[in-house]
Amino acid sequence: MASFNQFGNDLHTGKLSYNIVGRRKLWYTVAAVMILIAILGPVLRGGFTFGIEFTGGSEFVLSEISTEDQDAAATAVTGVVPEAVPKVSVVGSDSIRVQTDQLSDTESREVRAALASAYSVDAAQVTSSFIGPSWGQDITGSAIRALLTFLVLAGAVMALYFRTWKMAAAAMVALLHDLVITAGFYGITGFEITPAAVIGFLTILGYSLYDTVVVFDKIRENTSEDGPESRRTFADSVNLAVNQTLVRSINTSIVAVLPVASILVIGAFVLGAGTLQDISLALLIGMIVGTYSTIFIAAPLYAQLRENEPEIRKRDKKALALRAKATGTSSVAGTDATRADVPA
Amino acid sequence: MAKSSPTKKAWRSLTWLGVIIVGLIALNGAGVLSGGGSWTPKLALDLEGGTQIILAPKLESGQTVSNEQLNQAVSIIRQRIDSAGVSESEINTQGGQNIVVSIPGTPDDATLNRIESSAKLEFRPVLVASAPTEASVGADGATDAATDAATAPETDAAADPAAETPAVAPTDASDLNNITPDLQAQFDSFQCSDIDTSNVAPADQPLITCESDGSIKYILGPVEVSGENISDATNGQVTTQSGATTGEWAVNIVFDRTGTKSFADVTTRLSGLEGAQNQFAIVLDGSVISAPRTLAVITDGKPQITGSFDQETSKALADQLKFGALPISFTVQSQDTISATLGSTQLQSGLIAGLIGLILVVLYSLVQYRLLGLVTVASLIVAGVITYLLITLLSWREGYRLSLAGVAGLIVAIGITADSFIVYFERVRDELRDGRGLVSSVESGWRRAIRTIIASDTVNFLAAAVLFILAVGNVRGFALTLGLTTLVDLLVVAMFTHPMLQLLARTKFFGEGHKLSGLDPRALGAVYRGRARFQPSAEVASRKPASSSKEAAKRQTIAERKAAELVGSGSSKSTDGKDS
Repeated sequence: MASFNQFGNDLHTGKLSYNIVGRRKLWYTVAAVMILIAILGPVLRGGFTFGIEFTGGSEFVLSEISTEDQDAAATAVTGVVPEAVPKVSVVGSDSIRVQTDQLSDTESREVRAALASAYSVDAAQVTSSFIGPSWGQDITGSAIRALLTFLVLAGAVMALYFRTWKMAAAAMVALLHDLVITAGFYGITGFEITPAAVIGFLTILGYSLYDTVVVFDKIRENTSEDGPESRRTFADSVNLAVNQTLVRSINTSIVAVLPVASILVIGAFVLGAGTLQDISLALLIGMIVGTYSTIFIAAPLYAQLRENEPEIRKRDKKALALRAKATGTSSVAGTDATRADVPA
Repeated sequence: MAKSSPTKKAWRSLTWLGVIIVGLIALNGAGVLSGGGSWTPKLALDLEGGTQIILAPKLESGQTVSNEQLNQAVSIIRQRIDSAGVSESEINTQGGQNIVVSIPGTPDDATLNRIESSAKLEFRPVLVASAPTEASVGADGATDAATDAATAPETDAAADPAAETPAVAPTDASDLNNITPDLQAQFDSFQCSDIDTSNVAPADQPLITCESDGSIKYILGPVEVSGENISDATNGQVTTQSGATTGEWAVNIVFDRTGTKSFADVTTRLSGLEGAQNQFAIVLDGSVISAPRTLAVITDGKPQITGSFDQETSKALADQLKFGALPISFTVQSQDTISATLGSTQLQSGLIAGLIGLILVVLYSLVQYRLLGLVTVASLIVAGVITYLLITLLSWREGYRLSLAGVAGLIVAIGITADSFIVYFERVRDELRDGRGLVSSVESGWRRAIRTIIASDTVNFLAAAVLFILAVGNVRGFALTLGLTTLVDLLVVAMFTHPMLQLLARTKFFGEGHKLSGLDPRALGAVYRGRARFQPSAEVASRKPASSSKEAAKRQTIAERKAAELVGSGSSKSTDGKDS
């Protein structure tokens, strides 16, 4: 991986530099388009699909059965309603409980008949009833309250740590971007939103901010160390920090995504729909988007928010003047510089 | 090599880490020996199954349950179960009437009581107290009459208005004029075994009831303060004025504003009365749990309830009072074991997926960081061991149960934990790139990395703490896992990864920057300058070696200097100025 090392070296010295902060209009446009798709997509598809934990559903109980084979019940249900994801469990010693999404009356009757024949019992031994959501309004309510409290506290902590509310604001915007896009992905693909998926969303919330803090810490370092003689503008410093942490961002996202991807592959292709798939899909999308948004949204946005402060304007002017005096040309860190001789 | 202070510190950290791990193992071992613990964490409902309890509402004929009442009951029951531990129960309504509670494991009577009792608390003044009458076996008529009297004295009003109407209208709840001849008659024939806990008399009516152990029977005045005015409740041991604990358990109540005011009014009135009327009955679900004498006026709204409590029952009552009474009473209709909803294949697949993911992470680290990757792997293993032990301990002490979502969360934590190492290694490499020796690179890279790691972990921990405190249900279990892995991450990076790197930096293999060490300065762009010393580039060769800590704080400017020097070597004056 000498070439990757070289890549890291060049990013560190500024020999190789991607102008990320400078092209912010491009990134904003990309983000705006993605968010638009993430909002419009689910609307056009007819909203999100929620799991039975949120909506409630139908429940069938078979009593006095002789076998406890749970797969037979699942097969019987999917034979009637192919898109259902039945939850089957054995209750007591001779009963089986099957929970599915809310079924229509006809479907209900057919499922009852199918279950009865699958376990060779009388149809009268299969009772059906409606069950309410196990993830009720009260859980959602308390989770949202907790979420808002967290966002306010996290914003305050970041503003205190970085000594500027603008970093906190930029991080929050990036976080919002991540959540909207991840949720939109669920809406567009029609994957069921289950408690496991919600827990995945909550993990992203932490991860997205975590990733942003790591990169912002480098930005803080770079911008606070720029002396009055620096030839870098504020945006250049931010851009350099993003480039210098690029190797970390790539390594971290690969390391974080590898286990998630393996859960997703096993969960989705070996086991079919279920908890593993729900949680890992949200995480996979969220982690990739989270890393992306730190680099392409949070950092440029932060530079933009600070650029117009009088003090930073003054410094930027001075930096540009110094740069012009030294070279006659106008670029140092912003573009691939002219350097040729980095020893390998 | 003489033991320098970083080496000593490194060994000390590693020793402490060893002590922590051994301590956790010992603690868990003690748990296993004492019978409560286990070497494996308990599994949640989705993986292991548990018990399904169907609660049916106790309804009079013609009475119906509204959806709102059911949802409120579900919410209260969930809070009660949550407060007993982090066990991820599943609670929902069934058929618009019943409530189905699925909890892992087998519930004991205490747990069932915690779930089903309605916990309606009332403070009523005592009017009359006397020894209970002997149960008259076989006297059916008398018993029935007594039952009716206890449950619904107001219905008799219609039947016998003369007897029911007090001779003189009572002026307050303590007024003995509350006792009508009819009520007195009911009281005389009342037997303590007749208490119907589900159907307490209306708040504005007197109540005939007994001490919960049946030792005293009472006529109580109308409700003065009720459980709805409780803003918080905790349990604790009763302390004497000198601060010593008496060993008696009590429930400490904090009233809201309304409750505080009414309670102050009542205690003011009662403290001036004599005999039984000086007593204040605390009624829970229809029976008196205690009837203390009112010795002083309580104006701060913080009474303490004592009775025959132990630690567990006082905690259960405090929780019940805190979350409020159930809007309707329930009774356990059936209680069955229930199998895992996901089955063992899901857990197995999850673990296999985790293993594959871990192997991929190991391979990637080795490719990226060569042998330094082994430090990552070792750190992950240490983090894994500590996390496993903590989860096992939590499942013993706090009733935590590992669900499939929890397993997934732990696997995901691999990535977040590994990030700390990556941040750290990249910082060390940056130092090397600037021409520093490995030993000092490790030290100054660490100082920068730990700031970043603490800042970012704080955000994660904050998320976990807030979700754990404010959220309910599954979210709490997740928050616990997240908080735990974040703390373990900090612990391992500070007490294992960094000390390991400090020690390795002094070995020949890493110190001289072997090609496979992952810390080869040549590969990182620095120039070889003699035995184990490197310089960043030819242009800055004349500069004194960067070693003071002040210089370390300026490392960023070295990179900048380099860039500056490329552009115009004639401007060295201005760059020199930044060194000072």
